[in-house]
Amino acid sequence: MIKKKLTALGLAGMLALASGIATAGDPLRVGVEGAYPPFSWKEADGSLKGFDIDFAMEVCKRLNRECVLVEQEWDGMIPALLARKFDTIIASMSITEERKKKIDFTIKYYNTPAKLVSKANPGFEGTADGLNGKRLGVQRATTHQCSAEKLYPGAELVLYGTQEEVWQDLASGRLDAQLSDSLQAYEGFLALDAGKGFDFLGDAIDDIECQGVGAGFAVRKQDSALRDALSQIILDIRADGTYKAMNDAYFAVDIYGG
Amino acid sequence: MAMAEQERTFFEYLVYISENHSPLDFMLVADHIDKFFFGALLTLEITILSLLIGGVMAVPLAIARAYRTPWFNGPIWGFTYFFRGTPLLVQTYLVYYGLAQFDVVRESFLWGPILSNAWWCALITFSLNTAGYTTEFLRGAIENTPKGEIEAARACGMSQARMIWRIVLPSAFRRALPAYSNEVIFMLHSSVVLSTITLQDILGVGRWLNGRYYLAYEGFVTAMVFYMVLVFFISTGFRLWEKRWLGHLRPRDTADA
Repeated sequence: MIKKKLTALGLAGMLALASGIATAGDPLRVGVEGAYPPFSWKEADGSLKGFDIDFAMEVCKRLNRECVLVEQEWDGMIPALLARKFDTIIASMSITEERKKKIDFTIKYYNTPAKLVSKANPGFEGTADGLNGKRLGVQRATTHQCSAEKLYPGAELVLYGTQEEVWQDLASGRLDAQLSDSLQAYEGFLALDAGKGFDFLGDAIDDIECQGVGAGFAVRKQDSALRDALSQIILDIRADGTYKAMNDAYFAVDIYGG
Repeated sequence: MAMAEQERTFFEYLVYISENHSPLDFMLVADHIDKFFFGALLTLEITILSLLIGGVMAVPLAIARAYRTPWFNGPIWGFTYFFRGTPLLVQTYLVYYGLAQFDVVRESFLWGPILSNAWWCALITFSLNTAGYTTEFLRGAIENTPKGEIEAARACGMSQARMIWRIVLPSAFRRALPAYSNEVIFMLHSSVVLSTITLQDILGVGRWLNGRYYLAYEGFVTAMVFYMVLVFFISTGFRLWEKRWLGHLRPRDTADA
């Protein structure tokens, strides 16, 4: 019985491979992270929630395709897209020149600046000199790893797999400071109990080379039709008021940015 | 265009090939190879230190287990069962992230110098883990001491302690050696857990490289080569050691006679 089922599955798989290009009826496989609240996080029952997840669902609805959310660790996100584990990444990925060498992006769907976070009044400045010899945490394979290495070469860089681990170690005192998206920092840490006694250190960092021009959906380079369709949907969502509704469910300010 | 091609130095040519035509950007790896060597030092440092500490711990524990010492046998069994029954990754997370959740731990005198430090958390967990495994196979080796050796030791009038020290342990170490070479290689492989608690071991550097340049496998392939070379040295070392210690078990080399 089971064997028969397996054979049937195998045949279905082969047919799917043979038909090659995904058509409108196929599900859209979306790579998401699930450890980056309030953009994406995982509930105790295993379901995914957050702004990125809502956005993905809305996009699939407008494409008239079923959404299959594929959870992927952050530092394997781009390799997994290239390996066709999913068709697009909707996971707050910043559009940067370095990444564009490997993959393609839609237009941005939001843009928020990056800032340092440390204990309130830490006794040092958020500058290259101030952070000299300090332990600075960042999530691996993010724009912030790039900026941290470039802007604070004297700091001792500490790399984490997820942003949640960065917050844990900042709270427990293993880190002197960390660099990340300011909105995620506020919503995911500073506004919570865990973030009491911590604050932003200095202004938004100015580093367009590493930080890019906002977050977009990523697609493989050859999928330009999908890219253009997704870009158009972002524009539509922004224009018809859906964006505001999704935005206001999570944020007090408009995160679309300038 | 043709002129420009000719003016290119050999080095620039290599970079061009590496970036555009090679499946693996080897020049990028070569640029950061020093980091991999530092990573290898950290991997070896933690692996060797934890094997030493765990090995020293295992000897008395294994003796207590083998002779069913009252009071000690049960707790030691519990200790080895816990460390052999749970994944090293989970144990390491528990020590590194778990302990940090408790204010008591963070305010204790151990926090500043030891428990706040990923290096120490790893060393403690790894040492206990390898102590658990080593205790159990050393216990097995002790229990399998040939009866004749023990009777001979008794006939010579040796005390229990002297017999263990002079007869049982040397003979058990020899028999445990092949199993121990596996444990050393397992420890080296398990040390990749270091990269999950922010330490820049070989895999940590590989993941750093992948993360920095958004690569899929350059960092992993380089890390693999490093691990393979290390395992080659370890297994060769153990082969020589076994030749020396277990020479009496090999068939006589007739060509020599």
